[in-house]
Amino acid sequence: MELDKLKIEELLEQVTDPEIPVISIRELGILRDINIENDQVEVVITPTYSGCPAMGVIKQDISKVLKEAGVDDFSVRLVLSPAWTTDWMTDDGKRKLREYGIAPPDPKSKIVPCPRCGSENTELISLFGSTACKSLYKCNDCKEPFDHFKCH
Amino acid sequence: MENNQLFDYIIQHADSCLILSHRLSEWCGHGPIMEQDIAMTNISLDILGQAMMLYDYAAKVQGEGKNQDDLAFMRDAWDFKNALLTEMPNGDFAQTIMRQFLFDTFNVNFYEELMKNSNDEELTAIAAKSFKEAQYHLKWSSEWMLRLGLGTDESHARLQNATDELMGYSNELVIPTEADKVALAEGYGVDLEKIKAKRDAKVSEVIAECELNVSEKLFDHTGGKTGTHTEHLGFILAEMQFLQRAYPGLEW
Repeated sequence: MELDKLKIEELLEQVTDPEIPVISIRELGILRDINIENDQVEVVITPTYSGCPAMGVIKQDISKVLKEAGVDDFSVRLVLSPAWTTDWMTDDGKRKLREYGIAPPDPKSKIVPCPRCGSENTELISLFGSTACKSLYKCNDCKEPFDHFKCH
Repeated sequence: MENNQLFDYIIQHADSCLILSHRLSEWCGHGPIMEQDIAMTNISLDILGQAMMLYDYAAKVQGEGKNQDDLAFMRDAWDFKNALLTEMPNGDFAQTIMRQFLFDTFNVNFYEELMKNSNDEELTAIAAKSFKEAQYHLKWSSEWMLRLGLGTDESHARLQNATDELMGYSNELVIPTEADKVALAEGYGVDLEKIKAKRDAKVSEVIAECELNVSEKLFDHTGGKTGTHTEHLGFILAEMQFLQRAYPGLEW
């Protein structure tokens, strides 16, 4: 198979966050770079939160996808700097989060609209939610609790 | 080992993060309410992650082919350089909050200084990543300080008790050890005096707002950062290290 960056990018689009399976690692901003040199592929990723337990699974998933496509000569490199920020999340990624029931991060607004009914009448229940990247909200109109992907 | 002082410098903070992380994890399933149980375990996970990044780097500096697990699980109490504050028992919820507040006020300022002023690229990268997390933790712990301090007579009394219990352990974090002094002189470390000033300002502000009394006759307990610990650390290690000691090299 001929290796090119676009092809690898396309393959890695199948790799999603194991805890939020609707969003790919590219859309989440975890996939930082793909380098190809002398038929060797290097995938560069960065962790969201330093203790995020999903990183191990993401590494495994990248390996699995590449091997299944016949790419054998590859490495996955983890970089810490520059530190991951939710600013790297793509607009498509944010839309997918909302459709999945998670309010996406919005650094420009303090209001967190309900991902189910769209109401802006919501309140914070807890700074910490089901994973390190989320806090817990509830909607005062449709009464549903929901996760908010924190600005980071 | 090529650079003992750099290793010790990294290990001091890595150990503080790991031991406090373990303490917080003891709350898992025992938190006063579900949301705060989750909060404590989330913070535990974040500082465990910070410890892992620091252990990775420490192992590299050590140059003996060890990894983060070796450093966390195969060293004994006297090799641990965590501040005594981090090994203090959870006590009641007020004591856990006070311990976390005293750690977070240091941690935020430590990472900020390190990120801006260290000449070591690995340390600045780790600090920049951790700084954001530490700020969020401080938001949580200072909110809880106010909630308990200005809550009921009972919550205030418990927080006062925690103040009496833990204040004497707060300064070890900002009292320089040999490793801290060398780190500052070499430019990879931070100025603890500067951090103390910023830390004290925040602590005093919250303590005053909570109407808590701090004894004027405080004795600063130190020793953890140079390997002399309270009896608590041995028990923590016995539980935390058991699996790797019984089955060395075991992996998930």
